[in-house]
Amino acid sequence: MNQMKNFTKGFIRENPILVLCLGNCPTLATTSSALNGMGMGLATTFVLIGSNVFIAALANLIPDKVRIPAFIVVIATFVTIVDLVMQAYVPSLYATLGIFIPLIVVNCIVLGRAEAYASKNSVLSSAVDGAGMGLGFTMALGVLGAIRELLGSGAFMGHKLIQGDGILIFILAPGAFIAFGYLMAVVNKIRKV
Amino acid sequence: MEYILIIISAIFVNNVVLAQFLGICPFLGVSNKVQTASGMAAAVTFVIVLATMVTYLIQVYVLVPLHIEFMQTITFILVIAALVQMVEIILKKISQPLYQALGIFLPLITTNCAVLGVAILVVKKHYNLLEGIVFGGATALGFGLALIILAGIREQLELANIPKGMQGIPILLIISGILAMAFMGFAGLV
Repeated sequence: MNQMKNFTKGFIRENPILVLCLGNCPTLATTSSALNGMGMGLATTFVLIGSNVFIAALANLIPDKVRIPAFIVVIATFVTIVDLVMQAYVPSLYATLGIFIPLIVVNCIVLGRAEAYASKNSVLSSAVDGAGMGLGFTMALGVLGAIRELLGSGAFMGHKLIQGDGILIFILAPGAFIAFGYLMAVVNKIRKV
Repeated sequence: MEYILIIISAIFVNNVVLAQFLGICPFLGVSNKVQTASGMAAAVTFVIVLATMVTYLIQVYVLVPLHIEFMQTITFILVIAALVQMVEIILKKISQPLYQALGIFLPLITTNCAVLGVAILVVKKHYNLLEGIVFGGATALGFGLALIILAGIREQLELANIPKGMQGIPILLIISGILAMAFMGFAGLV
């Protein structure tokens, strides 16, 4: 039961993007469509689970003073794995996400969970925490991507739903900020009621 | 001429924050006062130029000759982390007020994606060393420009009556969206 709670906290209560407001760069940059957003989310989830498990296992071996650089090396290793795997198996998604795949290494969510959770908890709970946070991140990216795709091109997951051109600005940079701003305002409103 | 193009493109057309979405965290985090924003902009400029230079040299003289380009991410982030640590120590020594103003955001420059982003972009775009440094410097100026504009607007915003749900980050994002729209006007420039 406890692990279940641990797993679901990332979805709503401590959603890394909508509540904790971490990892904004990929959120804005990779959500031009629902699929891109979810691809980015899943890549980050893999890194999160991997780094959380490793850091939880190594926590007692890493001296306190050099723990941040040590965490970064672990994270960067997993990012490199994701980078190479995606380049080989999903080249088109890799090309769309571009520079934001190597930039997972500086995503505050990953380092934040390593420092705040994995370094103090058991391997199993850290894995669950990583999975929950990662999927919460994926969900938020998917929702934002779907909103932008629907408004911007009248499509969902690449299927055209509304005839016509849509509001192009929502696919472009300004739309990312505006859609994310309103989404966050709605979440704020719901949480406070 | 080529350098002028790189500079204009990096500052206005492909503004690092408003068009490429790099460095959003400090953009939203340290933009509540113009003075703090300028300090942060200066620190980021220094780190980006230095980091671009060092990572470029490492890429060309270490990673490529040894055929270990896949180590790029790990190497670059460690070099940047070390550089930031150095800047922090220097700043603590020479300017205590600035050090206190930037507070927790200085170590956060490590996780400022703009720094690592520029380092990777320079390699991706096949710039030479000088072009890379110019590109890094111009990108940092673009970051500073966006940061200071937002800080100026935020100072005025304190007088405004904002709906409850919009307070904090949401209104900042919407302002950034409008700023990004304004910056799109530069698109025909290059």
